[in-house]
Amino acid sequence: MVYEFWFARIQGVPAQKKICLRECMKSAEAIYYIEETRLRSFEFLNEQERERIIRAGEDQEYKTEYEKMTERGIRFIPYFSPEYPEQLKEIQDPPYALYVKGRLPESGTKKAAVIGARRCTPYGEKYAIDFARALASRGVEIISGMARGIDGMGHRGALMAGGRTYAVLGCGADVCYPREHIGLYSDILEQGGGIISELAPGTAPLPRHFPARNRIISGLSDAVLVMEAGKKSGSLITVDMALEQGRDVYALPGPVNSTLSDGCNRLIRQGAGILLSPEELLEEWGLSDAGSPAERKLGGKKEKTLESEEKLVYSCLGLYPKSADQIVSETKLCIRKVLDLLISLELQGYVEEISKNYYVISRC
Amino acid sequence: MSFSSILSAAVDGLQAELIRVEADVSNGLPVFHMVGYLSSEVREAGERVRTAIRNSGYEYPPKRTVVNLSPATVRKRGASFDLPIAAAILTALGQIPPGSAKDCLMIGELGLNGSVGKVPGILPMVMEAARQGIRRCIIPEENAGEGRLVKGMEIIGVSSLKEAAALLQGKPCAKQRKESLEKKCEVERTGEDRIPDFAELQGQENVRRAAEIAVAGGHNLLMIGPPGSGKSMTARCMAGILPPPDEEESLEITRIYSVLGLVDPEAPLIRQRPFREVHHTATRAALIGGGTVPRPGEISLAHGGILFLDELPEFNRSVLEVLRQPLENREIRLSRTHGTYRFPADFMLVAAMNPCPCGNYPDLSKCRCTPSQIQMYLGRISRPFLDRIDLCVEAPRIGFGSLTGTARQESSSEIRKRVVRVRAIQKKRYEKEGIRNNAALRTEDLKRYCVLGNREKKLMERAFSQMELTARGYHRILRTARTIADLDGEERIRENHLREALSLRMIDEKYWRR
Repeated sequence: MVYEFWFARIQGVPAQKKICLRECMKSAEAIYYIEETRLRSFEFLNEQERERIIRAGEDQEYKTEYEKMTERGIRFIPYFSPEYPEQLKEIQDPPYALYVKGRLPESGTKKAAVIGARRCTPYGEKYAIDFARALASRGVEIISGMARGIDGMGHRGALMAGGRTYAVLGCGADVCYPREHIGLYSDILEQGGGIISELAPGTAPLPRHFPARNRIISGLSDAVLVMEAGKKSGSLITVDMALEQGRDVYALPGPVNSTLSDGCNRLIRQGAGILLSPEELLEEWGLSDAGSPAERKLGGKKEKTLESEEKLVYSCLGLYPKSADQIVSETKLCIRKVLDLLISLELQGYVEEISKNYYVISRC
Repeated sequence: MSFSSILSAAVDGLQAELIRVEADVSNGLPVFHMVGYLSSEVREAGERVRTAIRNSGYEYPPKRTVVNLSPATVRKRGASFDLPIAAAILTALGQIPPGSAKDCLMIGELGLNGSVGKVPGILPMVMEAARQGIRRCIIPEENAGEGRLVKGMEIIGVSSLKEAAALLQGKPCAKQRKESLEKKCEVERTGEDRIPDFAELQGQENVRRAAEIAVAGGHNLLMIGPPGSGKSMTARCMAGILPPPDEEESLEITRIYSVLGLVDPEAPLIRQRPFREVHHTATRAALIGGGTVPRPGEISLAHGGILFLDELPEFNRSVLEVLRQPLENREIRLSRTHGTYRFPADFMLVAAMNPCPCGNYPDLSKCRCTPSQIQMYLGRISRPFLDRIDLCVEAPRIGFGSLTGTARQESSSEIRKRVVRVRAIQKKRYEKEGIRNNAALRTEDLKRYCVLGNREKKLMERAFSQMELTARGYHRILRTARTIADLDGEERIRENHLREALSLRMIDEKYWRR
């Protein structure tokens, strides 16, 4: 295994070529002790790549690095390991090895990727949580990228339902990026999920890593759910990969005037599945359980206990932030009254203030 | 007699110290010596004085002259010693009868033609003289009004060395002019830059209300809003609803302005609370005061009034951090090798900022900032700094409706009436506490002055958990609610007061999370 690690560490040789070479040589150890003349016989390698493999023989650190990695609880799973996810082997450009903290997704269960833009609205956040939560409660495993915005919410939703969720990172599996998601990072592991990366431990989160990791997110999943994506969102890269890999793509429709739902709406026009409720999706997948108590309905809390003026203000609010001033002009109440009602609603848990004086209805 | 001495004074920080100016004229080589720990500008006084004496029509004989400024341990600065030096020399020369300037304080700068010009720091110097039992001061004519602010002091304004000498010689000449200024002292200081009126501010109900609460209780205020939503205008309007300072406060404020030479000779007593707007390029020294011998900075100039910081995140972080201590202690202490200087800095902080670099957050269809950009923008202001701001309000973009609206808006004078009333309530309530307003309420006194009933307690309990308040945040809300209750004329804080205070609470980190 140490030799596999040594081989995986070599940079500048595409994963596919590595897989080919490994297949020809039968073991990584053999590659480690390969003679230069033998290496030359593999014509798919170019001069530079050969050079890199030869030069890697001088690598003195791989053994200590390997020990360090195992000490830190990161497992190393090369392509030829029986643990390597079958689903990932199907994709066009599978990574040569995975570094995993915690577990890898189960092979038998349904897996869904909940993805979307980092720049998102409370609307996207809410439904990312709702869908992930509903799906996870029926045993669907949620895969995402642990980025800010939708990704994080997807993981959160799955965790709320007590489900397993897996984060595919664009940095080493031992690096928490973004840093503020350190709580999420440990929660994912605590609930039996996993942190997955194709990059060696300690690798920094560089911009070029992220598009590449997207292919793993879609590769590991059966379906990709896009919650919110602008016209040029990175999530659309994941969608392209998913289509190439033959995964199902679903998108959450948004208001036509919301630039942040533009990507989603266009996906739907191009033929992506439309996300209307998690129940419908579960039914489609044959996972709905008619016998069990009704699932959470989408939408806000019940408004039973509210007074009439509170109701009036509450009915003005939605998942896109509205300022107190807008509510004033809609309800014709005076500003002090509106603020008073908003605070009262907030204290009862109906609404949330997401920026000074901007309110949305409560998301969970 | 060849020796004489005259009293003068020097300013050090905001404090003044009496200085004895001695002169001795004796036979010997015609040289002019000045001693007594002098800075270079005081040393230059020698040339000015000798020329001024000659040009005032006196004879300056070629004799050996020694001038000493005592105590010799105090560093002397500034040009205010010119007049006493000249008077001391004239006395030593026998031109002025000896003893005529006994117990008389003299201050003034001389021109080469013998004219007496104004100097900064008159008020603290005259105050110190009065404290030490001196009853007569000869000061520059232009500073006379300022000097007269000190009760029980005979102030004689002079405009030339000749006039001063004549006065000491017992010839009445400048006396008649003395009274004319007295009346002018009472003239109200009308600011050179006009204060806008709240009546001119259309819409922005919410911001108006917050401004009123802030001024009524002396709370610090942060306004957040897109560019052009009237944040700066509101801040300037707030100057117009500040209650008038009482006599003691007026003197305190004038004293600071006097040291910097900013007192208006026509209306020396400052009867309006100051409003200081600081640009975000301000340095630390400009803000809190500085120099080897520290001069008061903007925060002291804003003492008793408003310090307005526009575009808060643009300020250098270290500049904002130095404000923390004065915001807490209401004074600033500057330590130098030769001593510590304390300047009063009891100001109300009013700050304005955009919610993100482009100013449009949370309107995501317009805002193009990335979350990390917003984080970085807000990260420039530290938590401990925000912790010292009681009120936070959003200034929304002004709609067309309110721009063209003809609805009559409440004028500043109407708002001011309420503010004055509420400030009076507070002054009476905190008489024994040594504080002036609700914002200054100490945490340990909150229990006594902000009593909550059962329902109110329950509401705060819920707010505490639902809104994730901190202990500090909780106390701020109590202080604000106290002011709101005072505005309603109620002694007890009720639920609606608390709710309004909650709606004005400081933004928390969680709001900025996307």
